[in-house]
Amino acid sequence: MNILTGNDLKSGAVVWWTGETWSIHVNDAALLDDDAEAICAREEAARNVNLPYPIEATRDEDGIRPAHTKERVRALGPTVRPDLTLKPADPDIGNWVI
Amino acid sequence: MYLYDSYDQQMVDARVAEFRDQTERRLNGKLNEEQFRPLRLMNGLYLQLHAYMLRVAIPYGTLNSRQMHALAQISGKYDRGYGHFTTRQNIQYNWIKLEDAPDILADLAKVEMHAIQTSGNCIRNISSDHFAGAAADELVDPRPYAELLRQWSSFHPEFTALPRKFKIAVIASDTDRAAMRLHDIGIQIIKNDAGELGASFYVGGGMGRTPMIAPLIREFIPLDQLITYSEACLRVYNRYGRRDNKYKARIKILVHELGKEEYARQVEEEFAHLLNQGVEPPLEELERIKLFFDDPAFESGLSNEIDHSDPDFARWVDRNTQRHKIPGYVSAVISLKPVGGIPGDASVEQMHIMADLAKEYSFDECRVMHTQNIVLPHVKMADLHALWTKLEAAGLGSPNLDTIEDIIACPGLDYCSLANARSIPVAQKIAERFADKGCTEELGELKLKISGCINACGHHHAGHIGILGVDKKGVENYQLLLGGSEAQDTALAKITGPGFSEEGIVDAVEKATEVYIANRTEGERFLDTYRRIGMDPFKEALYG
Ligand code: SF4
Repeated sequence: MNILTGNDLKSGAVVWWTGETWSIHVNDAALLDDDAEAICAREEAARNVNLPYPIEATRDEDGIRPAHTKERVRALGPTVRPDLTLKPADPDIGNWVI
Repeated sequence: MYLYDSYDQQMVDARVAEFRDQTERRLNGKLNEEQFRPLRLMNGLYLQLHAYMLRVAIPYGTLNSRQMHALAQISGKYDRGYGHFTTRQNIQYNWIKLEDAPDILADLAKVEMHAIQTSGNCIRNISSDHFAGAAADELVDPRPYAELLRQWSSFHPEFTALPRKFKIAVIASDTDRAAMRLHDIGIQIIKNDAGELGASFYVGGGMGRTPMIAPLIREFIPLDQLITYSEACLRVYNRYGRRDNKYKARIKILVHELGKEEYARQVEEEFAHLLNQGVEPPLEELERIKLFFDDPAFESGLSNEIDHSDPDFARWVDRNTQRHKIPGYVSAVISLKPVGGIPGDASVEQMHIMADLAKEYSFDECRVMHTQNIVLPHVKMADLHALWTKLEAAGLGSPNLDTIEDIIACPGLDYCSLANARSIPVAQKIAERFADKGCTEELGELKLKISGCINACGHHHAGHIGILGVDKKGVENYQLLLGGSEAQDTALAKITGPGFSEEGIVDAVEKATEVYIANRTEGERFLDTYRRIGMDPFKEALYG
């Protein structure tokens, strides 16, 4: 399955397409049907997002997990600074990424 | 150190105003990303893995305390409380908001700093010896020449769209502390047989995908032709460098494909053509610049005695200080490599402390090393214990310069969108392994360098031990390299064989050090032993 990601234009924050808007939480990401290009073009033109692109991901009982390590690092934050990630209190975050 | 005149300040202020306007136009939709991207890159603003990243130029790594305080304030006000010192003697901020970027550039301009030419296919920040003006073995201070080159290369209209980025290093001692021959142009200030100062030009070095050691292409250029000859080197490259293939566009490929003799011949031809064109600034300009780099008011007649009775202090002095040209002084290195820490990172508080210590103990000056540490260049030996005590209290007193704990690591996959693998956790695990074993000091000088991809920002080709992160079917994998050096005995490291997992690479490094210990002779460093016994015993231990 594919989901859409990009960066917020103003803050640069990593964001995920929810089907209606952009969220910083990957678990809010919506599965894409085949109109990714149209969504990207529309959202980018409206400056809701910067440089969006589709990526592969899987969904299991824990939620959505991007297929590639790089996107998992993007989804959470740097593995070497848990305090700066989206789950600063979760001691197990490294395992989610890798 | 160099201080801006009104022209410098005007240029930097004008650039801030221009970028403020460009940013506003991007935010209100008058520019799209395709139009804006080259403009933000010209101001050092990248879009990285988690946010915008701003790279700020620190010319030849030299900072005064006011500038270091300003860098700290930016980390606190606009970023997340830390900065990352890089292998190009610069600083990077990882969490910048686009809307804040013009204000940050304005804050930098107030302390004579900027982010101009820290990205893009132009001449980048000029790097130099971090012990310049202090080292006992230097001929002259190389920084006035670096500054002259900085002024020549800043906004040079002919060289803002080169085939690729271009990096220049300048040194003035036979000991190379700036990886000079691994730059596009490496310049060494020397004296000829007649006792005149001049410059040797090494052109076409670099790391990255195709590492090369720059060959000597001109033994001696008089200093009143330094800029003209540099211009000739750049002109030949600008005309014939490969623009058709990004991976073959660096000058090293041109020099390699033409052959150094033919490249040098073309440069000489261009040089002869340029000599009467008034390219060279008048020598008075160099003299004017030199005044900024006069020695501070060193005291004379100081003793070289240091009280070594405190063993922890003695260890730090032995490891982290460097002989100074003036008796009674040393250059002291502040390690940004605490075991388990992130190489090159410093918190807001640590930056403020380093700035205060530079002011109190080092004539208001500090330097960024390409090894991602900070130097206080001129410290009185009598002040060392007080300095060390304060560093210890701030978590900045690690006594590990040039040891296996003093690892260069690029940001890797934790921060960098080009990365294949993470560098920082590998550095942390290796440092922890050796610190736990308690054998760091026993291993002596051992330079370990890690890059998260083939771009080699972590200088892995030049490590006594180098590690390159690769992507093996979606899993991080690490190649091990041995035998590199970026010092005066510059050498490119060789790959040992198949790569290792994240845990496996730590074991592999440990095995390599065991081979060294088992084979070394009296006084041999890891690199010396490797050069004497060759790769085979290491391969046998790693894969046998
Ligand atoms: S070497 Fe690669 S991963 Fe490391 S900082 Fe450079 S581009 Fe990024």
